[in-house]
Amino acid sequence: MSTQARKTPAAAAPGGSQKTVKLVLASLLAVAAAAAWWLLFSNLERLSSLLVYGALGMSRTSRLSSALAFFIYEAPKVLMLLLVVVFGVGIVRSFFTPERTRRILAGRREALGNVLASLLGVVTPFCSCSAVPLFIGFVTTGVPLGVTFSFLIAAPMINEVALVLLFGLFGWKVAGLYLGTGLVIAMIAGWTIGRLRLERWVEGWVYATAPASSAAGPESRTRWIDHVAFGRDAVRDIVGRVWPYVLAGIAVGAGIHGYVPQDFMASIMGKGAWWSVPLAVLIGIPMYSNAAGIIPVVQALLEKGAALGTVLAFMMSVIGLSLPEAVILRKVLRLPLIATFVGVVGVGILVVGYLFNIVL
Amino acid sequence: MKIEVLGIGCPKCNGTEANVRKALAELSLAADIEKVTDIQTIIQRGVLSTPALAIDGKVVMQGKVPTVEQLKLLITGA
Repeated sequence: MSTQARKTPAAAAPGGSQKTVKLVLASLLAVAAAAAWWLLFSNLERLSSLLVYGALGMSRTSRLSSALAFFIYEAPKVLMLLLVVVFGVGIVRSFFTPERTRRILAGRREALGNVLASLLGVVTPFCSCSAVPLFIGFVTTGVPLGVTFSFLIAAPMINEVALVLLFGLFGWKVAGLYLGTGLVIAMIAGWTIGRLRLERWVEGWVYATAPASSAAGPESRTRWIDHVAFGRDAVRDIVGRVWPYVLAGIAVGAGIHGYVPQDFMASIMGKGAWWSVPLAVLIGIPMYSNAAGIIPVVQALLEKGAALGTVLAFMMSVIGLSLPEAVILRKVLRLPLIATFVGVVGVGILVVGYLFNIVL
Repeated sequence: MKIEVLGIGCPKCNGTEANVRKALAELSLAADIEKVTDIQTIIQRGVLSTPALAIDGKVVMQGKVPTVEQLKLLITGA
C-alpha cells in the first residue's frame, strides 16, 4: 500500500489511480490557494494602514491619506472577492445553458413562468449581445412575452459580481435585499408587461421567424473539469475585462471617502430628500456601468449619509437598465414596447427605493 | 472548410473572428471565413446566444468567445 505502487505506470490499477493522484493533488492545491487567499484577505486593512501610516508616514487625519488608505485596502479586497465569486458563479452557470432555460420555459403559463424565468435569469449565462437571438428564440418557441421579459430583466440586473461585492462590503442583509427585490421586480414587471398584451409592438418579422430546432451545440458535459474550466474562463473573461472599471470605481470611492465631508450626501441623497429616489433612478437609466465598478461608489455614498434605498435604486437602474441593451433590443422591439419596458422596471426600482428608505 | 462566425456585430463577434484567423494561421490551414450578421439567419440556425461558431455548416459552439486553443481543437477535430 505504499505510494511507490501508485506511481509505477505498469501498476495493477493504472488509469484509475493516476486519476486519483490528480484529484488529490488538485484538491490540495485548491485548499492551499484558499488558505493563502483567506490569509491575505483578512489582513488587508491592517496591511493598508501599515503602508500608508507606517511606511509612508502619512498623517492619520489628512484627507489624502484617508483616500489613499481606502484605495489600498479596497482595491485588492474587491479584486480578490471578485476572483472568487466570478469563479464560483461561473461553475454554477456551467450547469445551465440558454437552450436548457428555453426548454424549461417553453409553453409555461404566466405567474409561474415569470417566477421561473426570473430565477433562471440569475443562473443562466447571459450577455447583452445575445439578447436579440435569445428573445427571438424564446418567443418563437412558446415562451410568453411577459415571461421572456422577466428573464431579460433579471439576467442583467441581478449581477453576481454586484451580489457578492455587496455581501463582502455590506453584509448578507443588503446583498439579500438586492437579490430579493431584483427578483421581485423582474417577476412583477415581466408579469405586468405580459398582462398589457403588448405583442403588437414586437417587430412583425420576429413572430414570423420559424422556430428552429436546437442547434447542435456541445452536449452537456458532466466532467467536473469542464465545469472548473468554465469557471476559469469566466474569471479570465470577466475579471480581465472589468478590473480597470473596478479600480476606477474604487478611486472615485476613495476620493469621496477622503474629500467629501461627512453627511454631505445626506442633504442630497438622504432620507429627507424625497425627490432623491426618482432622481437617482432617472440618472441611473442612461448610465451604464458594470456592477463591479459602481459598488465602491455605492459604498462611499452610503458612508457619507446617502440613504440605502436611494443608493440601491441608483445602482439597480445603472446596472439593470442600460442604453446599449435598449439599442440592441430596438432590432426586435418597437419603441412603445421599449419605453414600457424601461418605464415598468424604472417604476419597480422606484418603489423598492422608497420602500427601503421608509422601512430601514 | 467553411467557418462561420455568427453574431450581430458586437466586440465579442469580432474577437471570435480574430481568434479564428489566428488559429488557422497557427495551424497553417486555409478556410473560408464568413461572418453571419443577419439575425433571421442566426435564429434559423438554432443559435440562442452569440457569438456562435459553425464549421462546415454545423454549429459547434455558442455563447462565448472561443480561445485560439479551443479553436485549434475544434478545427482539427472537424
